[in-house]
Amino acid sequence: MSKQFTPNNPLPQEAPVPDEIATFSEAVEAEIDAHLAKYPLKRSAILPLMFIVQRERGYLDKPGVAYLADRLGVRVTDIWEVATFYSMINTEPVGKYHLQVCRTLSCKIVGADKITEHCKSRLGIKPGETSEDGQFSLSEVECLGSCGTAPMMQIGFDYYENLTPEKVDELIEQCRSNQLSNGVR
Amino acid sequence: MFIGAIGCEPLQLARVQLERSESLETYQKHGGYESLRKVLGGMSPDDVIGELKKSALRGRGGAGFPTGMKWSFVPKDSPKPKYVVCNADESEPGTFKDRYIMERDPHMLIEGMLIAAYALGSKTCYIYTRGEYRYIIEIMDRAIAEARAAGLVGDKILGKDFACEVYTHSGAGAYICGEETALLNSLEGLRGHPRMKPPFPAVAGLYGCPTVVNNVETLTAVPDIIRMGGEAYQKLGTEKSGGTKLWSVSGHVNRPGVYELPMGYADMEKFIMEDCQGIPNGRKLKAVIPGGSSVYIMPASDIEGKKVTMDYEGLVAAGSMVGSGGFIVMDDTVDIFESTKNLTEFYKHESCGWCTPCREGTDWLVKVFKRIARGEGKPDDAQLLLDLCDNIEGKSFCPLGDAASWPIQSAIKKFPEDFRRHLAPLAGGNGHKSLSTL
Ligand SMILES: Cc1cc2nc3c(=O)[nH]c(=O)nc-3n(C[C@H](O)[C@H](O)[C@H](O)COP(=O)(O)O)c2cc1C
Ligand code: SF4
Ligand code: FES
Repeated sequence: MSKQFTPNNPLPQEAPVPDEIATFSEAVEAEIDAHLAKYPLKRSAILPLMFIVQRERGYLDKPGVAYLADRLGVRVTDIWEVATFYSMINTEPVGKYHLQVCRTLSCKIVGADKITEHCKSRLGIKPGETSEDGQFSLSEVECLGSCGTAPMMQIGFDYYENLTPEKVDELIEQCRSNQLSNGVR
Repeated sequence: MFIGAIGCEPLQLARVQLERSESLETYQKHGGYESLRKVLGGMSPDDVIGELKKSALRGRGGAGFPTGMKWSFVPKDSPKPKYVVCNADESEPGTFKDRYIMERDPHMLIEGMLIAAYALGSKTCYIYTRGEYRYIIEIMDRAIAEARAAGLVGDKILGKDFACEVYTHSGAGAYICGEETALLNSLEGLRGHPRMKPPFPAVAGLYGCPTVVNNVETLTAVPDIIRMGGEAYQKLGTEKSGGTKLWSVSGHVNRPGVYELPMGYADMEKFIMEDCQGIPNGRKLKAVIPGGSSVYIMPASDIEGKKVTMDYEGLVAAGSMVGSGGFIVMDDTVDIFESTKNLTEFYKHESCGWCTPCREGTDWLVKVFKRIARGEGKPDDAQLLLDLCDNIEGKSFCPLGDAASWPIQSAIKKFPEDFRRHLAPLAGGNGHKSLSTL
């Protein structure tokens, strides 16, 4: 017979384990201090700090979130609330090289689809996926302010413009041989 | 890509082609920070605002609100700190002018912000830049450091009793953060949802304090206005649209780029066919979206032979708007149903989810577009799209809802045949009643 759980006979609970908190080098801490110094309210630094955490840890993981909550004096939920709003904040791991192809109109009418298709076939992944070896992620993103030099994509933070399938091949080749910066800063 | 002025002396683009144009040295060699010197050397804040009013400068971020008037709304006697915030979010599809201003002439923006700060009694400026423009933030940070080392940012600027800090701030990928109140929430470390207006930012903005939010191109016009005087600046353009304007030209033209044109430039057809060197591959012009994705689409027939003048009044008369000046040119290979679907997907992706008409409505719009594209539409679907727009436009919390509706409404009105082509087979020919209204 199954046991009845009532307020007087609650579910057995394990003692809550406090979140593991990320730690960073002195240089990174100094960089974080410099951002915090810009604002009268610490919370304003939330996005700049998220970028730093995700650069250092690959993505915004739980220990990273716990660190931010602690550093900014807000609740863990406040951090998640913001993290899930912004498309550039990764709450899941992404590949070393994150290819982000612009899909919006100015790029679309000069061949963005061809670029995306080419990336898909060369990498064997679809937009939204990461390759099994963790080297590549592919995304379709909205206008990146590069419409005059379309089609284009961003790898990490770096812009690659006036793309052709041949140029994409070259870039992917350079990524495969680790000769290209992954544009994470 | 072309960057330069047509039909006027380059003003905002005066230095972009110079070697090391981003350096303080180049900027100062070409008159840089002289306007700030002039302001601190004897103009009162009211004098500065007066020149802005005379200049007929209208905000370049999209809404075209007169800048001098916006500045005059900031309560002078408020004991709270005041903020100047530069809107460098630049996410409106088709728009890329701010990027090149900051990349090539960052000090022009710093000088413009400092003059604004002086006029408004502010000691702190933030440049809110879209997160993807990381390299631009790095350029701005270097320029700010250079200006600080030269006594142009910080305490006792130019040895005068004026202190001001300028900081960069990064967004993280959200179009809605270009809307000024969403931007302020984002800058406060919150989700980028818009705020109720009023109160307007000039009264209660960043941290609840009086705040002026201006676009990059607006603020970079300020040094020239001070240098030449408001009246002379206005005369470069028209009575109601002063000065020059940057147009980001993309799509099917032989020479895309950033074009600086005097306000009132005539005419749009000449601009496309001569200045932008026409349509590639001998194709014909089909349509133009002149002011970034959020404005009404214009068919070639509203442009060719119509002498459309390129300023706020001229574009409204021609059935569209200046918006952000993101000028997207489409040739006759483009299916306007497809192009409108593409933009609708953009708005669905960027709807911040705060209010129901826009959050649910853009989702529905995309669903209907997709089923039509799959060949599974219903004969009444064009009308359904219009009904959905009707329930979003004017009924949403912020202008993004309108911005999502206008492209669809104008596309169905101006290019009914492109929608009919997708729907006619479903209706069993052209005879269906809903198609006859197309
Ligand atoms: C959805 C939406 C997006 C916007 N995006 C931008 C933008 O990227 N850059 C900008 O300067 N203004 C943008 N605006 C306009 C701003 O809300 C605001 O009007 C502008 O920054 C004011 O500056 P201005 O007077 O100098 O134009 C946007 C408005 C809306 C409704
Ligand atoms: S109209 Fe759209 S973007 Fe604006 S508040 Fe509503 S959901 Fe957000
Ligand atoms: S539409 Fe692709 S960068 Fe603007």
